[in-house]
Amino acid sequence: MTRSATRPRRATEAGRFALIALALFLALAPVAYGFLLSLRPYSAVVQAPLDLIPSFDQIDLTGYTTALLDPDQGGFGLGRFVLNSLVVAISTVALSVVVSILGAYAAARLRFWGRGAVSGLILAVYLFPGIVLSVPLFVLLARAGLTGSLLGLFLVYVAATVPVSIYMMRNYFEALPESVEEAAIIDGASLPRMLRSVVLPIALPGVVATAIYVFMIAWNEYFYALLFLVEDRSLWTAPLGISQLADFNVPVTVLLSGSILVTLPVILLFFVAQRYLVEGLTTGADK
Amino acid sequence: MTTDTSRRGLAGRARPRRENRNGLLMSAPTLAVVLFASILPFALVFVFAFSEVRLVDIPYLFTEPIDWSFDNFRRALSNPAFWQALSTTLLYATLTMFGSVGAGLAVALAMRRPFRGRGVVRALLLVPYVLPIVAAATIWRTMLNPQYGIVNVFGREHLGWESSVGFLNTTSTEVWGVSVPLTLLVVVLFEIWTSAPLSFLFITARLQSVPPDIEEAAALDGANGRQILGRIVMPQLRGVILLLCLLRFIWTFQSFSEIYLLTEGAGGTQVMALKVYTELVTRADIGSAASYGLLMSVVLVVLLSAYVLLSRRKVDVE
Repeated sequence: MTRSATRPRRATEAGRFALIALALFLALAPVAYGFLLSLRPYSAVVQAPLDLIPSFDQIDLTGYTTALLDPDQGGFGLGRFVLNSLVVAISTVALSVVVSILGAYAAARLRFWGRGAVSGLILAVYLFPGIVLSVPLFVLLARAGLTGSLLGLFLVYVAATVPVSIYMMRNYFEALPESVEEAAIIDGASLPRMLRSVVLPIALPGVVATAIYVFMIAWNEYFYALLFLVEDRSLWTAPLGISQLADFNVPVTVLLSGSILVTLPVILLFFVAQRYLVEGLTTGADK
Repeated sequence: MTTDTSRRGLAGRARPRRENRNGLLMSAPTLAVVLFASILPFALVFVFAFSEVRLVDIPYLFTEPIDWSFDNFRRALSNPAFWQALSTTLLYATLTMFGSVGAGLAVALAMRRPFRGRGVVRALLLVPYVLPIVAAATIWRTMLNPQYGIVNVFGREHLGWESSVGFLNTTSTEVWGVSVPLTLLVVVLFEIWTSAPLSFLFITARLQSVPPDIEEAAALDGANGRQILGRIVMPQLRGVILLLCLLRFIWTFQSFSEIYLLTEGAGGTQVMALKVYTELVTRADIGSAASYGLLMSVVLVVLLSAYVLLSRRKVDVE
């Protein structure tokens, strides 16, 4: 009865699916286009730009190998850039997540002097225009001699990701049942022990989702990489490398191959953690 | 709040002091990060903006006294390029805000009723948001390339375009007698493309907690689809839509990578963030870059306070 009462008319239904199909097309077509071009030889792309689907014998993976190999092997050195990105992103995840677990647990559970101020401060930092802080951060790190190094980039990434990862992690912690923690405390467990052997095991999916999100931010980041490292090719991260190569006369198929390569890990990680990520990002939206 | 009071009895008297100490200890690393990466730099923005500092001065920085001056602001405010960049940025952020939230809302509403494969469709719609920005920009630059990009080739062969359109370097062009800032619109579309999935995600999350029984009751009472949407669903989405508009505006107002990677500022897309970058890197002028950044924050703070005041007044009237 109620189902039929709220069932929309057929025309509305058709419009609804047309809209969904259009959205799906707009979201995926450019990515599919980039992927298909990356499989074709450059000459074919220029001569027949509208033949998108490569014939089987036309498929050409040299775009990928040329992108990845070192310059002395005739490539463009993306392999090196990917390695740099991995080092920075993984170290960022490690430090940012440890700092945030502590901060987020304190903000979620402990009553301490200044707790409200800490939460407010984190929100303010999260919303503050980051580009404004880039000038003094650049100057400070240049003064310390760190702007030409992956270490400087790592420090900036930790600072940039701590607020958002605290925000996400606090949501996960607040959703945990408090009774388990109280039972552990009453049984005589110290706070560090309780965190390690009671809280973290239950909160693991949330921690992993946050870690993946932080990884994605560090992996995708472009602005500070450009600001700090543009002069030293051996230190370029993957996004910086691809964008710099675009300024030289690098065939577009190589650039697209590189783009697909840096996209794959992010897409894979995202789909692994999708459910928890979506939860962590949107908590608060339903209030 | 309620959990706080219920726990007080359980824990005994020693708890508050220990909890206080633990809380401070555990948030100390966070506070250190915020102090060194946000508060100290924020204070320095003021120092730099009101003094003459250039990149070559960095080795002697903090060892010599500062010569204070208003020159950075005087130069910025009397420079037409500054005002041009500001109005470009405002237009860019406003258009993106409406487009991103509007598209997210439309798709979220369309996807509301379950259908087979909805989970997969929802995940696939998020791809443009997850895509690294450099990959997205490379693909778009290829699509819009005047020589072999699919848009131009298709336009020339099937839509009768006489020549390729320079999507990434056309400050303004005449379309049916109206002058259109073409490249700026392309950049806006790009930003909408990458950010609408996030709006979609937030609105979907909010929609899931709208109770279906009110709508069913309204439908039984004879309300049609449009009435249900306008009177029941939309009022519940108001909060999340306003929040998304606010966040999207703040984020787009300062976005750098999207524009720099697509156009490097060509075709009338010199936004404020690009100005800050060029002042710092190309002109090597720290003071000027800091003053541009500070003026950006001032504009943002003024707009945000106006927004808060207006929305408060509106609530009072209601």
